[in-house]
Amino acid sequence: MAYSEVVNVSGFVGNFKVTVKKKARYVDEKECTACGECVEVCPVTRPDEYQTGFSTRKAINIPFPQAVPASYLINMDDCLGTNPIACGKCADVCEKKCIDFDMQDELVELEVGAVVVATGMDVYDPSEIDEYGYARFPNVITSMEFERLICAGGPTEGHFVRPGDGTRPKRIGFIQCVGSRSAKRGNPYCSNICCMNTVKDTLLLVDHYPDTQCSVFYMDIRAFGKSFEDFYMRSKEEGVRYIRNIPGEIEEDPATGNLRVVVEKTDGQGIEFHDFDMIVLATGVIPRQDSPIIRKLLTLSKTSDGFLMEAHPRLKPVDAPTRGVFMAGCAESPKDIKDSVAQAGAAASHANILLNAGEIAIEAITSTIDIASCNGCELCVDVCPYHAIQSNGKKNAPTIITAACAGCGNCGAACPTGSIEMKHFTDIQIEAQVDAICEENAGEKVVAFACNWCSYAGGDFAGISRLQYPTDARLIRTMCSARIDEEFIWRAFRKGAAMVLVSGCHYADCHYISANRQTVQRVNRIWDKMDRLGIRAERLQLEGISAAEGQKFAKVMRDIKDMREKVTKEEIDETVRILSEEHDKKMKKKAAKEAKKAAGAAA
Amino acid sequence: MDEITKITTDAPRIGVFVCDCGLNIAGTVDTAAVTEWAKDLPDVTCVVRNKYTCADPGQNEIRKAIVEHKLNRVVVASCSPRMHEPTFRGCVMDVGLNPYLMEMANLREHCSWVHAGEKDAATEKAKDLVRSAVARARLLTPQEELKVSVTKAALVIGGGVTGIQTALDLADSGHQVYLVEKEATIGGIMAGLDKTYPTMDCSI
Ligand SMILES: Cc1cc2nc3c(=O)[nH]c(=O)nc-3n(C[C@H](O)[C@H](O)[C@H](O)COP(=O)(O)OP(=O)(O)OC[C@H]3O[C@@H](n4cnc5c(N)ncnc54)[C@H](O)[C@@H]3O)c2cc1C
Ligand code: SF4
Repeated sequence: MAYSEVVNVSGFVGNFKVTVKKKARYVDEKECTACGECVEVCPVTRPDEYQTGFSTRKAINIPFPQAVPASYLINMDDCLGTNPIACGKCADVCEKKCIDFDMQDELVELEVGAVVVATGMDVYDPSEIDEYGYARFPNVITSMEFERLICAGGPTEGHFVRPGDGTRPKRIGFIQCVGSRSAKRGNPYCSNICCMNTVKDTLLLVDHYPDTQCSVFYMDIRAFGKSFEDFYMRSKEEGVRYIRNIPGEIEEDPATGNLRVVVEKTDGQGIEFHDFDMIVLATGVIPRQDSPIIRKLLTLSKTSDGFLMEAHPRLKPVDAPTRGVFMAGCAESPKDIKDSVAQAGAAASHANILLNAGEIAIEAITSTIDIASCNGCELCVDVCPYHAIQSNGKKNAPTIITAACAGCGNCGAACPTGSIEMKHFTDIQIEAQVDAICEENAGEKVVAFACNWCSYAGGDFAGISRLQYPTDARLIRTMCSARIDEEFIWRAFRKGAAMVLVSGCHYADCHYISANRQTVQRVNRIWDKMDRLGIRAERLQLEGISAAEGQKFAKVMRDIKDMREKVTKEEIDETVRILSEEHDKKMKKKAAKEAKKAAGAAA
Repeated sequence: MDEITKITTDAPRIGVFVCDCGLNIAGTVDTAAVTEWAKDLPDVTCVVRNKYTCADPGQNEIRKAIVEHKLNRVVVASCSPRMHEPTFRGCVMDVGLNPYLMEMANLREHCSWVHAGEKDAATEKAKDLVRSAVARARLLTPQEELKVSVTKAALVIGGGVTGIQTALDLADSGHQVYLVEKEATIGGIMAGLDKTYPTMDCSI
């Protein structure tokens, strides 16, 4: 399904329901024979995106001759109007009558057991690096534009010429790491493919035009793949000059369009100049700018570089943290075709294992409801991000649809009557952990709640990276920070803990769609109440730590130690006194209420 | 009385398995001290220290102890449950214990690896983590997993070279595949390239 986008995903591993929007092409893709008559008459001319703007296309077009599906489409933003009176020339000449201005976007529902994300990457736009003048000098091009200019199917039919004046450049400079490996502009990571791509470009040039002189400015040449070093050596043998320094600036001679780069000498003794007819910027690759949409639909996370986060950096490189979802190619990290294809095979194989299983077990961590004690307030129905709790009308206990429950525990924390219990993460189990941690020297400890997917995993990552931090915190793992009942936090303080940390995914990046919004609300409520009771709100900390943020995890641990050290014994004793009184009051009230209820029942 | 009610009502008999992980844990945490100390925790029936608990000999120790001491709860004090929970769940299942009666304490990622050189404080922390896991284990109950069927079809999002290859592999294995591509044609970045390294052949 080309020209289509996933707009909704529901369900769970083995049973996803997916809605795909098939955008209207305004040309019947099955009937179109790609004869091209329509293009002849279309009066609208626009820059051709496929040829990186070096040539033009019409409003009705096919992206390139080998496109699949081999069908034209009308770009409605460019078309003179869906009203055939305005133009409609293409429809007039189409013999097969496959042009339909009334075509609508179509929604298609799919049911699938597995999803593979292979959404790839974007290429860095070097316009922001003003000193290279990409936006100002026509003969400064990107490596992507190079591909079109040297290609027999390109705008110049493979005649490599300068965009400025159509002449053939003889002195060509390449600048590496544009938008990569920089803390200031672009991205700090290495884009992986641009070194080898430039080596390739120089070989293509000397092959097509032996009299070309190529110079490559670089930091390091990263030729670490199989046979890559040979490839690099061949380029050197062909006379390509490799100069180890990145130019600070490109200047243009407006009369000739020629370019001059200013670069520090390799020995660091002053600067030197190099003159070129054309300069190619080896632009890096960046995460898809629209990837937040897919991440939200499939509850995926990203690593600090912005690419998709895998379930485990070594052992599960193609599994997403969401079960039943896999990833491959440049969506996961920058890589070349061979590595992309290898990963595609791995992802297909993992998806295969799932699809062939026929039946799978869902972890028994779902919610259950005690109908007898439920008062039918429906708070659980409201907070469930999966609509897994069905209302039976106010005042009646709702029904839990176990297969749809993802086990975040948000309902369990929200339930005011304690009628909802999360299997394997029950109130008493978690409270027993709080008590165990506070049993000795609670005043020197931090009771830290951490969600399985992000902050606990962030702690694991800190461990894997051997980042050192203070020993104060004791972690309690729940699936989601939304499982953390307000009572757990009060209990920790009542038992004398110096500090409590609630940590989860980042606010907009919750593994359970939006469950952690409730976490934030709950913590806010507790802060307010701490203020009212005269307990320093600073003693409860809330942090979003992603699975990739080992550094942040360690920093939070360091900061919280500093805060912990400021909490005095007197302060803790006072808190314990205040909260114990509060607790006693609450318990008495509860007992009275139950007695009344029992008396009513007896009568 | 069925198995589940029996385990829930029987007094807990907990086995604690403390892992050295070679020197990964034992290099920082005094695992011998933790082992000794854990013996006095409530409902703990036996404590065993292992060099590598996840390796076969280590897992055998767990299975043997479950049978020998009639354990109905297990605490493995080793690494992250995000890494080895499936391993140890499988291990206790081998001798008929419900997998949800196994609990882990993370002495490696959350303790020894991040507190190198702080032997005493790390050992104290390790004890607390074991204490917390035992407290939880006492209250664990067996769970039945829900079985769901799998729809034999796959969705591949993105029709670049990666998506195309994935879709072909899945289709070749006999599954229905839906390949969704945002643009008007499949091909992705590669369709815009001329020749490709390292073979220098055409991209399309
Ligand atoms: C200038 C340049 C030169 C290169 N030269 C070489 C080379 O010589 N040799 C080599 O091995 N590698 C080379 N590469 C790398 C190569 O291009 C990549 O390895 C390859 O394109 C990765 O394929 P992919 O499918 O993962 O991603 P992409 O090619 O980016 O494809 C992703 C596809 O997914 C689609 N998509 C994205 N989001 C969505 C969505 N939400 N819904 C539906 N569809 C979506 C996109 O439209 C696109 O079609 C080069 C890269 C660049 C930039
Ligand atoms: S591959 Fe080469 S050019 Fe690209 S970012 Fe890495 S070092 Fe720089």
